[in-house]
Amino acid sequence: MTTLAVSPLLSESVGDFTKPSIEYFDLSPLLIIIGVALAGVIVEAFVPRRLRYVVQTLVAVVGTIAALVMTVFVALGLEPRGDNAGFGAIAAEGAIAVDGPTVFLWGTILVLTLISVFLFAERHLEGGVTAFAGQAAALPGTEAEREASTKGLEHTEVFPLMMFAVAGMLLFPASNDLITMFVALEILSLPLYLLCGLARRRRLLSQEAALKYFMLGAFSSGFFLYGIALVYGYAGSMNLGDIAEAVSGTIGADPLLLGGIGLLAVGLLFKVGAAPFHAWTPDVYQGAPTAVTAFMAACTKVAAFGALLRLFYVGFGAARWDWTPMIWVVAILTMATGCVLALTQSDIKRMLAYSSIAHAGFILTGFVGLNAVATPGTAELTSLQAVLFYLVTYGFMTIGAFAVVTVVRDSSGEATHLSRWSGLGKESPFVAGVFAFFLLGMAGIPLTSGFTGKWAVFTSAWQGGAWPLVVVAALLSAVAAFFYIRVIVLMYFSDPVGEGPTVVMPSVLTTIVIAVGFAATVALGVVPGPVLDLAAHAGQFVR
Amino acid sequence: MELYAPIIGLGLIAFGFAAFSVVMSAVVGPKRYNRAKLDSYECGIEPTPQALGGGKFPVKYYITAMMFIVFDIEIVFLYPWAVYFDAMGLFGLVEMVLFILTVFVAYAYVWKRGGLEWD
Amino acid sequence: MTSSSASLFPRLAEEGGHAVPVIHQVPADGVFALLWVIIALPALGAAIILLGGGNRTKGFAHLLGCATVLGSFAISLVSFFALLGRDETDRSVGQFLWTWVDAGSFRADMALLYDPLSALFLLLITGVGSLIHLYSIGYMEHDERRARFFGYLNLFVAAMLMLVLSDNYLGVFLGWEGVGLASYLLIGFWQHKPSAAVAAKKAFVVNRVGDIGMALGTMLVFATFGTVAFAPVSEVAGEAPTATMTALGLLFLLAACGKSAQVPLQSWLLDAMEGPTPVSALIHAATMVTAGVYLVVRSNFIYDYTEVAQTAVVVVGTVTLLWGAIIGCAKDDIKKALAGSTMSQIGYMMLAAGLGPYGYAFAIFHLLTHGFFKANMFLGAGSVMHAMNDDVDMRHYGALQKAVPVTFLTFAMGYLAIIGFPGFSGFWSKDKIIEASFGESTLVGLCALVGAGITAFYMTRVMLMTFFGQKRWEEGVHPHESPKIMTVPLIVLAALSVLGGLLLFGDFVTDWLTPAVGAVAHHELAFAPWVFSLIVTVVVAVGVTIAWLTVGRNEVPRTAPQNVSFVTRAARADLYGDALNEELLMRPGDRFVTGLVGFDDKGVDGVVNGTGTAFAGMSGTFRKLQTGYVRSYALSVLSGAVLVVVALLAVNLT
Repeated sequence: MTTLAVSPLLSESVGDFTKPSIEYFDLSPLLIIIGVALAGVIVEAFVPRRLRYVVQTLVAVVGTIAALVMTVFVALGLEPRGDNAGFGAIAAEGAIAVDGPTVFLWGTILVLTLISVFLFAERHLEGGVTAFAGQAAALPGTEAEREASTKGLEHTEVFPLMMFAVAGMLLFPASNDLITMFVALEILSLPLYLLCGLARRRRLLSQEAALKYFMLGAFSSGFFLYGIALVYGYAGSMNLGDIAEAVSGTIGADPLLLGGIGLLAVGLLFKVGAAPFHAWTPDVYQGAPTAVTAFMAACTKVAAFGALLRLFYVGFGAARWDWTPMIWVVAILTMATGCVLALTQSDIKRMLAYSSIAHAGFILTGFVGLNAVATPGTAELTSLQAVLFYLVTYGFMTIGAFAVVTVVRDSSGEATHLSRWSGLGKESPFVAGVFAFFLLGMAGIPLTSGFTGKWAVFTSAWQGGAWPLVVVAALLSAVAAFFYIRVIVLMYFSDPVGEGPTVVMPSVLTTIVIAVGFAATVALGVVPGPVLDLAAHAGQFVR
Repeated sequence: MELYAPIIGLGLIAFGFAAFSVVMSAVVGPKRYNRAKLDSYECGIEPTPQALGGGKFPVKYYITAMMFIVFDIEIVFLYPWAVYFDAMGLFGLVEMVLFILTVFVAYAYVWKRGGLEWD
Repeated sequence: MTSSSASLFPRLAEEGGHAVPVIHQVPADGVFALLWVIIALPALGAAIILLGGGNRTKGFAHLLGCATVLGSFAISLVSFFALLGRDETDRSVGQFLWTWVDAGSFRADMALLYDPLSALFLLLITGVGSLIHLYSIGYMEHDERRARFFGYLNLFVAAMLMLVLSDNYLGVFLGWEGVGLASYLLIGFWQHKPSAAVAAKKAFVVNRVGDIGMALGTMLVFATFGTVAFAPVSEVAGEAPTATMTALGLLFLLAACGKSAQVPLQSWLLDAMEGPTPVSALIHAATMVTAGVYLVVRSNFIYDYTEVAQTAVVVVGTVTLLWGAIIGCAKDDIKKALAGSTMSQIGYMMLAAGLGPYGYAFAIFHLLTHGFFKANMFLGAGSVMHAMNDDVDMRHYGALQKAVPVTFLTFAMGYLAIIGFPGFSGFWSKDKIIEASFGESTLVGLCALVGAGITAFYMTRVMLMTFFGQKRWEEGVHPHESPKIMTVPLIVLAALSVLGGLLLFGDFVTDWLTPAVGAVAHHELAFAPWVFSLIVTVVVAVGVTIAWLTVGRNEVPRTAPQNVSFVTRAARADLYGDALNEELLMRPGDRFVTGLVGFDDKGVDGVVNGTGTAFAGMSGTFRKLQTGYVRSYALSVLSGAVLVVVALLAVNLT
């Protein structure tokens, strides 16, 4: 937080100095999460080893709930801005925008985080320890590693790391200037790189995933940073509001601006896993511990899409005719890549990874529909609303599906190869049924949240005039249905190979995660009204 | 442009001083060559062809290096703060204490978990 | 009530002298307040059985399953009579349940519309459904997963009722997907048979293609009219541009093709016969496959404004009615022969529906009579299979009329009905369609007429091979009549097959449907209607005679002869529908995917490895760090970035 207090100071160092004002109340959810992360580090330093797991879990859960409660209070206290321009205010000297969409995304991220914490804390499946490496520094296959696992060591650092990542995720969609956005991007990414490499089983795969993610992430950050530089060169300011003013004041296209938009888009599209920046997704989703994958797939995507929306709608809204063709291409490419390549996957986690790529494409479809920017202040189903709603439905389905993946196991850990899933319907009809339901949800079958989400996104895109894109999306979602159904057929209509999979009974923690995911998927499918309303009330971005 | 004139001047002086020192020592200094003089470092440890342990640097080295960077950057932040300390008053003091505490949390963690022990 | 804005004085859009009806609803009171219960009952049954699990509900699942559907039937019947007692203008009853989606201007309600059209469907679904449920008690007696079977059946009935009762396209879509899911589960019910699993998957995937039409159509309706409810759309339908209406009509036709197994999406229906026979009777003959016809007829306020889409419907229907009939001639599997016939009969309905006001009512009329006699024959076939140890090959039947007398007699009623024997239900309904299609165009009329002849041929063939001639039974087969629980539904359905034509008595069915689909229009024809009836009857007689000459007089070989004409071979292979799908869609798709994966694995890396020293040096450096292919990922990110920036600059700077 302090860095935020200082940064405006640097930019205003010429002339009279005035003390910056920080809206502590508006920022309280963010501050609480940072505090929780720091507390986690202190716990790690001073609490005896045997107590750490319990204390860390409690700190994380309580902290997240506290942040969630504060989010509600912040949401209730948002001030309308008049002339339908949305709610909320710019906080921290222009660095952070606390408005309706921000608060909606905060709530979404925090709820998803809460259930992810449960998934992180699951100890039942590995026989009394968490799914994270006993001692990450021990080389795989060495004596030191065996020693660590016989001693029952576990890394409880995952909780503070997760909280740091969440802090970044909360800041990301709320950032109102490019530097803050970049800082948030790094805060959310760095802990994730580390978390990816902490799997207890198949450590080489996990470490490989972490390194790949790190290198490619750093690569894409470079693009983002360069994009910031170009846009600054064009607009003379980092602030999104000022950029918007500069953009709307320009006649004709400026290579500096176009280059900047392109490079910023690359950085953000990388994070959401859009093609052709998706290459890391399958490898990382497969290698990372499944709990981390779930957290990453759900929360990172929510945060990154939030930032994408804010940057493009607020900062570059006036130049929308310049960048929509580009996003069209990316959206089609993303949906096609996700849907088509998922067809031939033989690993369940990789398949879900490609499915998440496809979902990114569907969200981009809604994003590019641009129904918000075109007619602000009307009561149509805006793109912003549709995307926000889709993110909620997607987050719950994804965490639920990955949670199911953690309980299907064989002697070597999670049985992620698809052939191991055949006959699961006979082995454990309940788990197979729940998983089948999540898959149907992702395929967009009515009465699941996947359907209402797709419906919202496609409708808003259609209204925004992007109907060819909607047609392509509908076609590809039919293709997508095929690979979801393939897994269902495998689970129910095939005989088990060899000994077949076993479903390990998880503790109440994972059960809660699956139950919440399931309930949300049903509830948002049958009565999506309240959440859609909430998204509608979020209003527009302020600037 | 005028604003930058002192900086450019300072840069020129620095460059001039460095050049002067190197050139003068080469011109004026005595020239005695022997084995010790031709070594990579005139003093300190013997350089080995490879780092110990099969070419890998011990990870402890990186921990120390990273600790250095963390505190180094902390100091960088202290400079502008110190310049405007008066103007910021209590607010500035509290914020800076929070900032330093944050850094010390990391320090405490490294310390308690044995990051500062070389062996 | 969603359509409070619907005016009391419907604006009559004149088009060819035909008034396109505008739906205006009156609130549900009295017995109509119970409308939602009709859906809720089977849904509840399905929930109890499926969530309770097979073992716990084993003892009562079949009773519960039948009770819920019978309950729905009772309410449907009472509602029907209540509706009958109302004025013609008050016969559209709307019941609002809750707001399903409400976001900005987009609003879709969970609301029901009970009008003459849905009333008839309700009776068909719950009535025939009840009979088939009862029959299944006997048919599935020895299956240990009978409880689950009833759960699925109830789920299907609930979804189907949702489909026909919803007052908006989104609700129809919900039911549409629901019946698709139930159909998938039931086709694959005997999941231990790989063929059943494959058939189930095929049905699902082919149906998804149709669903695209449904989804896009619904979206386009919303984008055009700002609502998806039938009533407000019907009110302003005339003001929309014709091009939009054509697009809508074609999209909904695509949807209908998927669900109703019309060419070119017909291929799944024959495979769907892998399911238990009651499923074939209920879903793949009497109800679900007619959903496409329902959709077209329900959307009459769209089709009436677009001749292009109407013509497309007629073409699809005509092609399918011949296609199915030809397939039906060559099949030795009794269920597949009946499936071909189903396809063909639905083709007739589609054809009629495509004729617009000349045919809507007859499409529905034929749909009802077909529901009776086809369910009757499928259940009869099931009864025969029951007697023959689940053998489906008609070449192993023969001379069964003595062994299973009740089945024989009831099947014969269905047979006479479907070929259009004068006086039987099929005679009345099919006759009307052929007559109306001659009014549309002579070519279409001739096709429909020829179709009737072929129908007579293959149904006579089925009849002869199964019940007459020599015994060709497998060893150890001792046919016996089925138990009462199975024969009673057969008798009821046989009676309906005979008497179904009474619906046309005094033009009851056409008048009844007028508020929903508009009054029937009549072409001026060259001959009087009775001449047409005569011609049709003659053609049918010719078909029967040919069948008698080719099949009845000769010995039927126990194995199918192989040295047959090209036409027979083609018909046995479903007119190469699958081969076509495979060649045109599956293979290229497969190759495309394999190619893409190959490109991902090799192509991108190959570029890296082959592009001179710069990349080779880079990859060499990275290889020490990592044995994976992060370099190629980075390259793809880089090329993506170049693509994005170039796209931006190219679009905007030229």
